[in-house]
Amino acid sequence: MTIRESKRLWLACGVGLGWFLLLLWPLLGIKPDTLEFAATFKVFGYVAVAAVFIMFFYQVKEAGYLDAVGRPAKQATNALGRAYDKAPTWLLLGIVLAAAIVYPLVTGRYAHDVAISVLIYVCLGLGLNIVIGLAGLLDLGYIAFYGVGAYTYAILSINYGLSFWLCLPIAAVIAAIAGCIIGYPTLRMRGDYLAIVTLGFGEIVRLILNNWMSLTNGPNGILSIPRPELFGYEFRSLSSMYYIILGLAVVTILAVYRLNYSRIGRAWEAIREDETAAELMGVNTFLLKLLAYAMGATFAGFAGAFFAARMKFVGPESFTFLESAMVLAMVILGGMGSIPGVILGVLALVALPELFREFELYRMLVFGGAMTLMMLVRPAGIWPAKRVGRRSEEAD
Amino acid sequence: MDFFLQQLINGITLGGVYALIALGYTMVYGIIQLINFAHGEFFAAGGYMGVILISYLSSQGVNPYACLAISLVLSMGYCALLAMAVEQLAYKPLRQASRLAALLSALGMSIFLQNGLMLTQGVYDRPYPTEITSGGFEIGAVSISYMQIFIVALTAFLLVGLNILVFKTRIGRAMRATAQDKVMSALVGINSNRIIALTFAVGAGLAAAAGIMVGLYYGSVNYTMGFVPGIKAFAAAVLGGIGNITGALVGGLIIGMVEIFAAGYISGEYKDVFAFIILIGVLYFKPTGIMGENVDDTRV
Repeated sequence: MTIRESKRLWLACGVGLGWFLLLLWPLLGIKPDTLEFAATFKVFGYVAVAAVFIMFFYQVKEAGYLDAVGRPAKQATNALGRAYDKAPTWLLLGIVLAAAIVYPLVTGRYAHDVAISVLIYVCLGLGLNIVIGLAGLLDLGYIAFYGVGAYTYAILSINYGLSFWLCLPIAAVIAAIAGCIIGYPTLRMRGDYLAIVTLGFGEIVRLILNNWMSLTNGPNGILSIPRPELFGYEFRSLSSMYYIILGLAVVTILAVYRLNYSRIGRAWEAIREDETAAELMGVNTFLLKLLAYAMGATFAGFAGAFFAARMKFVGPESFTFLESAMVLAMVILGGMGSIPGVILGVLALVALPELFREFELYRMLVFGGAMTLMMLVRPAGIWPAKRVGRRSEEAD
Repeated sequence: MDFFLQQLINGITLGGVYALIALGYTMVYGIIQLINFAHGEFFAAGGYMGVILISYLSSQGVNPYACLAISLVLSMGYCALLAMAVEQLAYKPLRQASRLAALLSALGMSIFLQNGLMLTQGVYDRPYPTEITSGGFEIGAVSISYMQIFIVALTAFLLVGLNILVFKTRIGRAMRATAQDKVMSALVGINSNRIIALTFAVGAGLAAAAGIMVGLYYGSVNYTMGFVPGIKAFAAAVLGGIGNITGALVGGLIIGMVEIFAAGYISGEYKDVFAFIILIGVLYFKPTGIMGENVDDTRV
């Protein structure tokens, strides 16, 4: 990097920091009766130190001083990648599955809780991955299907006493029907308009859940939903619930894997890459897009029914737009269209914040920031899918 | 009949506010074909800046109406700066990237700003001082508050100002040229980056004014207030034909009216649903909106 480039970089950094101070101070500094400076400069100080440190690190890296560390690290990751490619898949999967099965035996209640929410989000993330990662349809109302699944189990079990195992497929079917209902009118739209319409649908579903008092009990939600039962054994403990959701997650992973490498999966990818070309090549885009919605919704329905059984309570607050955005952030962060990527994204956004409990308040701030940052530096995600292209209509 | 007239007046007030927010969406979409999800957050930030500045200035003994005027100008300026920063950080590097990437970046920015507002201002509602919001008169059984008159008048003033800016000045001509063809306008010497930043700033300034007006109308602001009005304003922009300034005004008025009449005659709880249904209906049957020209098929 030449001196001139570096000067420009530092100038940009300085201007950015000045701008940030200008935007931050009115929010923190103007109180109803006085003007304050201390709190603003504390926050600003942290950000400025972090920014200068990152800039310094970036410059050192660009100058090549870090090659002594960077090259061996890169070689190590490459070697790891080669070992991963060589090792038989069944061995790796066996190790992961064994670890997942043994997990509740060696950990405590809190860890079970975290693991259960990770697995719920794995199901949701993989379901959304079908819609957005494979078929390329940006769905911002995805959480509505989760809500439909959860309410289906809650209502059927409270009012008609149906068992969890019977409700599970019913919830999935009803969620899939909801997916088709939402999917059908949106099929003519693409890109941004599709996103905003699905967002509107998600809000409509939430408003219905919130206001249909006779069916959903409105904002109070539905209480004391029964836990699942199997041949007289009631899944009361968290560790037994963990196995149910582990089973659901494994089914989801297998199904998404099989779909991905089937004719349908390839057709979805063709639609994602270039819808017009796919249609010209004889892909029935209408049916397949509808199918993508329905399949995505099915897995959300499974996850929703489990969620209702796990919490013993459902309320409309669990199905807001922010929740949709969170699942979306997981899929984006991990890598759209890639199964290990989505799982990694879920781990990064559910398990990591648990380790930093005291920063709970900053969680959504970090979500938002991470989403933007990810788009800027690595739009394909942490573990990108192998086959991703770019829509031809965007290339102009 | 009185009830109808009352609702009509309320609808015009609310519709004008939606129109102001919708203008920001329409202008940004017109120029870079991006739904600026963070636009609702500029609106919320404007509302908050209004509360902060009004309560500080009135504690310093400034006349309440002068307070309102000063805070209006300052918060519009603040949101313009905020929008330019957001544009520079989150959108400019993605101009050449896929549409999905830009859209997700905007979504991330929206969540980020919303939570930034929450962290700095707290989760509770912040009330607007009542000495500004109260007062009004009655014609027959229809009551009109001074606030509603102020809102309608300010909306009209800002719309006229915007019209002059876009259709009568050099900057406006540059904006229209950039919206039509970025490459050609760059060839004739228009700095498109500056024009885009300016468009963001103008849109956010209008949204900030709308934020203060909504704060005055409902009496308080909240950090989540940007989301639902944001979608409704987007619905208004789409309804009027996105990219079309007159369309945004018409769309905003229609959405405001529909919301108020639906709340009055059908059901208060489901009033938000109607805006979404209109949005979906318009996109389904006439994606170019009421006043829009024919858009290239691939864009929709």
